[in-house]
Amino acid sequence: MPVNHTTLESETSMLTIHDLSATVANKAILKGLSLRINAGEIHAIMGPNGAGKSTLGYTLGGRPGYEVTGGSVDFDGQDLLSLAPHERAAAGLFLGFQYPVEIPGVSMVQFLRESLNAQRKARGEDPLSGGAFLKLAREQAALLKLDPEMLKRPVNVGFSGGEKKRAEMVQMGILDPKLAILDETDSGLDIDALKVCGEGINAIMRRPDKAVLLITHYQRLLDYVKPDFVHVLAGGRIVRSGGADLALELEEQGYEGAVA
Amino acid sequence: MNEFEPVVKDQAARDAAARVADYEHGWSSDIEQEYGPKGLSEDTVRYISAKKDEPEWMLEWRLKAYRHWLTMPMPDWAKLNIPPIDYQAAYYWAAPKTKDGPKSLDEVDPEILRIYEKLGIPLAEQAVLAGVEGARKIAVDAVFDSVSVATTFRKELESAGVIFRSISEAIREYPDMVRRWLGRVVPMHDNYFSALNCAVFSDGTFVYIPEGVRCPMELSTYFRINAENTGQFERTLIVADKGAYVSYLEGCTAPQRDENQLHAAVVELVALDDAEIKYSTVQNWYPGDAQGKGGIYNFVTKRALCQGARSKVSWTQVETGSAVTWKYPSCVLNGEDSVGEFYSVAVTNNHQQADTGTKMIHNGKGSRSTIVSKGISAGQSNNTYRGLVRVAANAEGVRNHTQCDSLLLGATCGAHTVPYIEVKNPSAIIEHEATTSKISDDQLFYAMQRGLAQEDAVALIVNGFAREVLQQLPMEFAVEAQKLLGISLEGSVG
Repeated sequence: MPVNHTTLESETSMLTIHDLSATVANKAILKGLSLRINAGEIHAIMGPNGAGKSTLGYTLGGRPGYEVTGGSVDFDGQDLLSLAPHERAAAGLFLGFQYPVEIPGVSMVQFLRESLNAQRKARGEDPLSGGAFLKLAREQAALLKLDPEMLKRPVNVGFSGGEKKRAEMVQMGILDPKLAILDETDSGLDIDALKVCGEGINAIMRRPDKAVLLITHYQRLLDYVKPDFVHVLAGGRIVRSGGADLALELEEQGYEGAVA
Repeated sequence: MNEFEPVVKDQAARDAAARVADYEHGWSSDIEQEYGPKGLSEDTVRYISAKKDEPEWMLEWRLKAYRHWLTMPMPDWAKLNIPPIDYQAAYYWAAPKTKDGPKSLDEVDPEILRIYEKLGIPLAEQAVLAGVEGARKIAVDAVFDSVSVATTFRKELESAGVIFRSISEAIREYPDMVRRWLGRVVPMHDNYFSALNCAVFSDGTFVYIPEGVRCPMELSTYFRINAENTGQFERTLIVADKGAYVSYLEGCTAPQRDENQLHAAVVELVALDDAEIKYSTVQNWYPGDAQGKGGIYNFVTKRALCQGARSKVSWTQVETGSAVTWKYPSCVLNGEDSVGEFYSVAVTNNHQQADTGTKMIHNGKGSRSTIVSKGISAGQSNNTYRGLVRVAANAEGVRNHTQCDSLLLGATCGAHTVPYIEVKNPSAIIEHEATTSKISDDQLFYAMQRGLAQEDAVALIVNGFAREVLQQLPMEFAVEAQKLLGISLEGSVG
C-alpha cells in the first residue's frame, strides 16, 4: 500500500540518502542526491540517459571507481558508505545488474551457496546445508519459471538476455535481501519474461520488512510492479517525486516535459 | 547431487585455508640428520651408491651419467632467469639417522611420522582405515630428504600382485625389472638435469602393476625436503603391464629457507597394451618470499612411454610452488591408438617463474592427445606454456587438441604461450586454441556484491578458470589443489 510522505520520519526508514555526491573517473555524476525509502515501499527512479541512475546503484553497492565526494547513506541504522561491498551484501543490500556478469567454470549453485553462506557467516548465522540450499534454490527457480538445470551451469555463461535477468531474480530470492536495487531489470525482456520478473519481484520483495528501488527507463515494468513512489533523476539529483501516476505522465510527456 | 560436490569441496578447502598462513609447510623439523660429502664428485656418487647397498651395475650406470653430465651445459632455452647454481655448495645425501632403513611403520622415527601428520598425510594405515566413512584408501610412499621412510599398505597390494616399493628396495629386490626399464623412457643423456638425477638420485618410488590388474587403491608418494643446503633427486618408475590400471598421486613440500634448494626429479612411466596410468601432481614446494628470496628450483623430467596399443597416460599437474619450475610431462605415443593427456594448472605469484608444458610425440597410428593448460600469473611473476606436438611421417590418423588459457591478475605479471607443432603426416588433425584474459573488475564486484570477500571472490573465479583441470584430480587432491590456488594468490589483487 502506498505510504504517505508524511510518514517518512517514522522509524521504519530503511535507506536514507542525504545529499550524496559521487564521481566516476573524476567526473561528477551524482550532485547532492537525497532520497528516503521506508520498509514496505517500492520506489522507482526514472530519468534520461546519463542522469546518473546506474551510478546511484553502483555507488550504493560500493563498486570501486565510484567515489563518494559528499553526503551520507544510512542503511538500517548503519553507515552504508563505510562498508565494503560484501559487507553491504551481508547487511541486506542486493544489486540486480543491468548486465549480469559471466563467471566461467563456476556453477550458479556453487556461486550462490558460497555467497549465501558468506553472508550468513557475516551475520553470525549457521551455514545452510547442501540439501536445504538445493531446496531453496529449486523453489526460487520455480518462482521465476527458470529451468532448475540452469543452476548447474556456469554463472550467466551462455544464458540468453531474458535468462540472465530471471537468474538475477532467482539470486535475489535465494539471498533474500532487505533492500533490492534493480538496475534496468526490464531491459532485454520480452513481454512474457517481463511479467514473470515483475511477479517474481512482487513475490520476493513486496513485504512489510523489505523495500525495492527500481531503476528503469520505461513505464512497462511498473505495470507489473506498482511503485509507491516515482522519482525523476536528472543532472545527478532527484528533481521531481510523485506517486505511480508520475510514471504515466513521464511516458506521455517525456522527461523534458515532466521536469520543466 | 554431483553438481553439489564442488561446493562441499570448496568449503572444506576454505576452512583449511583459513587455518594456514602464507606458506603452510614453511616450518622445518629438528631431526637428527646424516649428511653425505658436500659437493658433487665421483666420490659423492660412490657414497650414495654404497649407502644404498647397490649392485655394481647401478654404480656404473650412475658414474656413466655423472661423467656425461660434466660435459653438458645447463639448458638456457626456457624463459627463465636463473642465477648460476653452485653444485659444489650443496649436499646430495641427507637422511634421518637410523642404523638401517625402517622395516615397518613401528620403526620409523615418531618425529618423522609427526611431520607427515602435520602435512596431512595419513602414513599410519590405521589412520586411513579409521578415517571418514567412504574415504578411499591411499597407499603412501613417504620420501624424506634423500630416503624413503615408509611405504604403506604393502600386504594388501602384494595380494593383488602390485609391487609398490621405494626405488632403492626395488633395485635390490627386483633388479631385473628395474634394469629393464630404468632409463628407457628418459635416457640418462636426455638432458642436463636427467643426467644429474641419474648420477645422484637417492630414492623414489617403483611401481609395477601386473597384467590385467586394476590397482586396488590410489598410490602416492609425498616428497619432503627438510635438510638445509640439500638437493632432492628422486626417481620414480611406474610400469603398467598389459591391461593394467593405476592412479598415482604425488605431493611435495619443503621448509621455508632463504637459500635456493635444488630439486631435479625424473619420472618414467611405461604403459603396455591397453594399460592406463593416471599420474597426478600437486606441487607446493616453497616458492620463496614476496621479494623472491629463497625457494625451490624445480627441474623435473617426466615422460611416459605409451608403448602398447590402446595404452593411455594422463598427466594432471597443479603447480603452485617453487621459485623456478622447469617441467614438461610428456607422452611418447608409440602404440597404435594410444592416448596421451596433459592437464595443467600453473600458478605464479610474486617473483616465481614457471616454464612448463608438455610434449606429445605421436609415432603410433591413430594416436590421440589432449592438452589443457591453464596458467595463472600474479605479482611480478612470469608464466610460460611451452608445448610440442610432433607427428611422425608414418603415423596416420593422429589427432591433437590443445587448449592454452592464461589468466592475469594485475599489470606487472607475464603470460607466454610457446607452442611447437611439427607434423610430417598430412592426415593429422591438430587444433590449437589459446586465450589470455584478466580477472575483470566486473567479475570481482559482481561476486563481492553477492557477499564474497575479495580474496574469496578471486579464489572462486580462479578455481572456475582452472575447473577443467581440477576435475581431473582425485577428490582428495582436488580439495588440496583448490585450497592451494586460493592461498597462492592471496594478496595478489587490490
